[in-house]
Amino acid sequence: MAGKNSISDSETEKQNMTSKKATKKKTTAKKVTSKKTTTVKSRTSKNRYGRRAIYIVDGARTPQLKARGKQGPFSAADLAVNCSRPLLARQDFDPSAIDEVIMGCVMPSADEANVARILGLRLNCGVDVPAYTVQRNCASGMQALDNAAQSIAMRRSELILAGGVESMSRAPVLLNGHMVNWLGDWMRAKTITDKVKTMGKLRPRFFAPIIGLLRGLSDPVNGLSMGQTAEIIADKFNISRDMMDSYAVQSHQRLSAAQENNHLTEIETIYDTKGNFYDHDDGVRHDSDMQGLAKLKPVFDRPFGKVTAGNSAQITDGASVLLLASEKALKDHNLTPIAQLLDCEWAGLDPAQMGLGPVHAVTPILQRNQYGLSDIDYFEINEAFAGQVLACLAAWQNEKYCKEELNLDTPLGEISMDKLNIDGGGVSIGHPVGASGARIVLHLMHILQRTNSKRGIASLCIGGGQGGAMMIERV
Amino acid sequence: MSTTYKHWKIITDDENITWLHFDKADSSTNVLSHEVMDELETELNNLNQKPPGAVVFLSDKKNGFIAGADVNEFSQLETEHVALTLIQRGQHIMNMIERLPCPTVALIHGFCLGGGFELALACRFRIADNDPKTKIGLPEIKLGIHPGFGGAVRSIRTAGPIAAMNLMLTGRAISARAAKKMGLIHYAIPKRHLIAAARSVIKKAPPAHKIVWWARLANHKLARPWVKKILIKQVAKKAHRAHYPAPYALIDLWECYADDEQRFMEEEAISVSQLMVTKTAQNLIRVFSLQEKMKNYSHLKDYQPKHIHVIGGGVMGGDIAAWCALQGYSVTIQDREHATLARVIKRAYKLYKKKLKKRLPITEALDRLVPDINGNGLKQADVVIEAIFEDAEVKRQLFKEVEPQVKADCIIATNTSSIPLEELAPVLNDSSRLVGLHFFNPVAMMPLVEIVRGKTTSDETMQRAASVTKSIRRLPLPVSSSPGFLVNRILMPYLMEAVVLAEEGVPLKAIDQAATEFGMPMGPIELADTVGLDICLKVAENLSQTMDIGVPERLRNLVNKKQLGKKTDQGFYVFKKGKPVKPALAKDYTPPTDLADRLILRLVNEAVACLRDGVVDSSDMIDAGVIFGTGFAPFRGGPMCYANSRGIEQLIKLLENLDSRYGNRFKPDDGWTELIKENAESA
Repeated sequence: MAGKNSISDSETEKQNMTSKKATKKKTTAKKVTSKKTTTVKSRTSKNRYGRRAIYIVDGARTPQLKARGKQGPFSAADLAVNCSRPLLARQDFDPSAIDEVIMGCVMPSADEANVARILGLRLNCGVDVPAYTVQRNCASGMQALDNAAQSIAMRRSELILAGGVESMSRAPVLLNGHMVNWLGDWMRAKTITDKVKTMGKLRPRFFAPIIGLLRGLSDPVNGLSMGQTAEIIADKFNISRDMMDSYAVQSHQRLSAAQENNHLTEIETIYDTKGNFYDHDDGVRHDSDMQGLAKLKPVFDRPFGKVTAGNSAQITDGASVLLLASEKALKDHNLTPIAQLLDCEWAGLDPAQMGLGPVHAVTPILQRNQYGLSDIDYFEINEAFAGQVLACLAAWQNEKYCKEELNLDTPLGEISMDKLNIDGGGVSIGHPVGASGARIVLHLMHILQRTNSKRGIASLCIGGGQGGAMMIERV
Repeated sequence: MSTTYKHWKIITDDENITWLHFDKADSSTNVLSHEVMDELETELNNLNQKPPGAVVFLSDKKNGFIAGADVNEFSQLETEHVALTLIQRGQHIMNMIERLPCPTVALIHGFCLGGGFELALACRFRIADNDPKTKIGLPEIKLGIHPGFGGAVRSIRTAGPIAAMNLMLTGRAISARAAKKMGLIHYAIPKRHLIAAARSVIKKAPPAHKIVWWARLANHKLARPWVKKILIKQVAKKAHRAHYPAPYALIDLWECYADDEQRFMEEEAISVSQLMVTKTAQNLIRVFSLQEKMKNYSHLKDYQPKHIHVIGGGVMGGDIAAWCALQGYSVTIQDREHATLARVIKRAYKLYKKKLKKRLPITEALDRLVPDINGNGLKQADVVIEAIFEDAEVKRQLFKEVEPQVKADCIIATNTSSIPLEELAPVLNDSSRLVGLHFFNPVAMMPLVEIVRGKTTSDETMQRAASVTKSIRRLPLPVSSSPGFLVNRILMPYLMEAVVLAEEGVPLKAIDQAATEFGMPMGPIELADTVGLDICLKVAENLSQTMDIGVPERLRNLVNKKQLGKKTDQGFYVFKKGKPVKPALAKDYTPPTDLADRLILRLVNEAVACLRDGVVDSSDMIDAGVIFGTGFAPFRGGPMCYANSRGIEQLIKLLENLDSRYGNRFKPDDGWTELIKENAESA
């Protein structure tokens, strides 16, 4: 399928342009077209999901709530249910019309392992609607969308509720191995003497918990924390602390302006059981400035690093869901699509440089469709770290990197700040890991609608050394 | 081998176990009627002559085991002697079960109440389905009597006096799990294991429940007088001895005869038969059947609404929505303010925590209650309930917007308490679907809902509204659309008279005391403070447009001073921690002799007026409405019943007397003469 739909000037160029990993995975492109265009706004991109069009009908998300040291008011399932209920309530079809529920979630709590299934049942989709949860770290939400699109493309389903969710504030805290073994002994101790003996073996260090969240945000192979990988690529492309901080200020300013102008219409207000309601991303700092950010100490490479809490994505709770439909579902339920999901790319790279994932995922999509950066109206690149987004932008402009890592003769060039993360990103909105992949696609769709423009790409870097990207066009 | 009676099916299987399937003919619920007991006695005689290996009692009804004795038969008892015969016969049959020479098992699911549980207690083993629908209890006290088929003796024997007394004195129904914990049953298990469990206990008896030492101690002759004191103190908080003799009689019985089961049993029967013919019991039994009558108002069979949309997230709207979701409906609650919706969810959570206790059912109920600021729920709603503030123009505007968005067969209900439906109906294209659903505050506590019929309301809509009301476990009372409907109209003169009395200088506590001594659950002054004086004033002023109710100045003054009662911690009373502080009465104070009459007779006089106006269609419904809508002393049987028992002529005279002394608000209503006529005719 990849070969058939890939368009390139020549086979050699194709080979050169495609990233190494991408080549390994899927390039067997033989078909070459002669048309070479630079501005192709009017043209509709090829659908990489095959003959069946994948439409996005609607979507919604919760506000993203900053984790403040304690368990947040909502579990992952609560979050997903609370934004999906109004989404389904405004549809004209019954929840039972949904064929599948697919959710991304990185660290489900012990009692919500398959959170998608819980969501489907709690939304009254019916017991006969199957559901599963996918995990591709930071891109889990996007992975859910890709799975949904594939399922529709393969005619397995017509209408799917897909998205991502994460309650980072409720990430599991685990007992360490010593404690687990001690508890095993304790359970086996039957007599009083046994119990006393076992009790005597208890040591203070047994009580040290394993913080699931910290483990989740560390690379399991090279042991680096995600922040350290951001330090590495920031260093590689000479991204200074000032550049990071000013990017972070801009992120907050953009979110602040978007909130002011009511541009985040995808947010559904959610209500807890204590009489509070949440209607906006509460990590925003309307008064964020360089002086304030400059005071923060580096948290990952102490004490000389550049990545601080202020220029990193916030730990937040949130859920984003979208309704994906086939042409048939549009007809059956009389739905009006907002956008079409056209292309998706997954790329792998060195885990120590995972932040450059978007570079490796976006580039093949552009190549396949013969687009330059200027052919894309808007980009949403998830802000895991300010320095990481800046490094991606730098990489696309870096001759050496483009040549060595992407096999490009000339650098792809510059993405204008005017079309990148125009309403803020992870630094200000937060990055509930499992949800962000769906959130950026959802918001991108809203931007295209609002600005009356056509094409956009959403992309994120993925812990463990991957990148994911998705291209959508407004219908 | 099998025998079939009208109500019983007897099957003896190849393990020589005889299964007594109870399936009362022509009824959805099993009750121990006369005929049922006759057949049971016959069969027990057979079993006695040729005992099988074991006997198992079980019900073929979906809703439960046995709901109790046949209450309708209770209301026909004329003399104590007749009652005694009936009770003794019941006891005799239970004793026959107990004395069968083989193991006996009761397999319980759903309702197992009163006589039904007494039958189970007569069996050697009791095994119950652990589903939440299983309700086990001895609720006789609620009908003004106590268990009589040996239930008092056997429950005390089985679970000890503390647990058994608690069950009988409160009349509450408990879950299978709780019953197991109290030792009243042997197993609380999933329904699928019931049959296997019965076979198992027949083969090998489960260990007997051990009553804890202090409970056994409480049953000792020397301890009983002390325990009795504690029990009486508890009971006195809820029920006056003069009004509700049954709990006191039960405690006395236990104190005197706990050492001699045989005697206890005999005295139990005598005590119940004495109680049965008291006014209290007869009135309570009547109220019980009125309740059944109200539930049966709607005869729709295949009307099954799924979604209820409530507009207006104030206390009433929010609580109605929360209640409907608790009862299983999918509910959307619409309001313009997020903060209001957030409060709705908070209150709902509090209610669900209290009612459902466990996390998963609470989540389920909360998931059914969807805050809906955009009104997305309208298009799927089967019922829309409007509960916004009382402004006819705003309501009309709302209905105009709502009607085009709802399904053609959706009923549109308003919770208004003061605006005539006729003022709202004209804006609707199809005004036949407009109906009033008047809930009372607090929704979770008040069992009554007035179903208000406007001029254009169709029968179908009335039926549907009543059906929905019943499905949320509320009692529907059809009323005509007239100011104050039934409950507020009858309640207001009573409250206003209380305020007038206060203006005259009668101490507040004396006023409230007069009412509670009459049997009201709460005095009128405290009630006004609890409801909110602003609301009282509004209702009173509204009613004063059509009737001569008289709005006392003191009420206006308090509202002007923003002293609104409990919600502002200051009304007639000062409230501390939500409780009114009532200054003690002077030692030598004697209240005016006509105090209670002035309060109650204004209420009764208005009830007569309502009947004359045809607000409801019978005096039964007046009684039911006032009891369930205001808490009017149930043992008095409602205002009409009370009037009859005091004598119509005498009350008219009393009213005329009060009229001459206090003004024409006591003028006997024209309806009284009609009552005299009717009484003469029926006599």
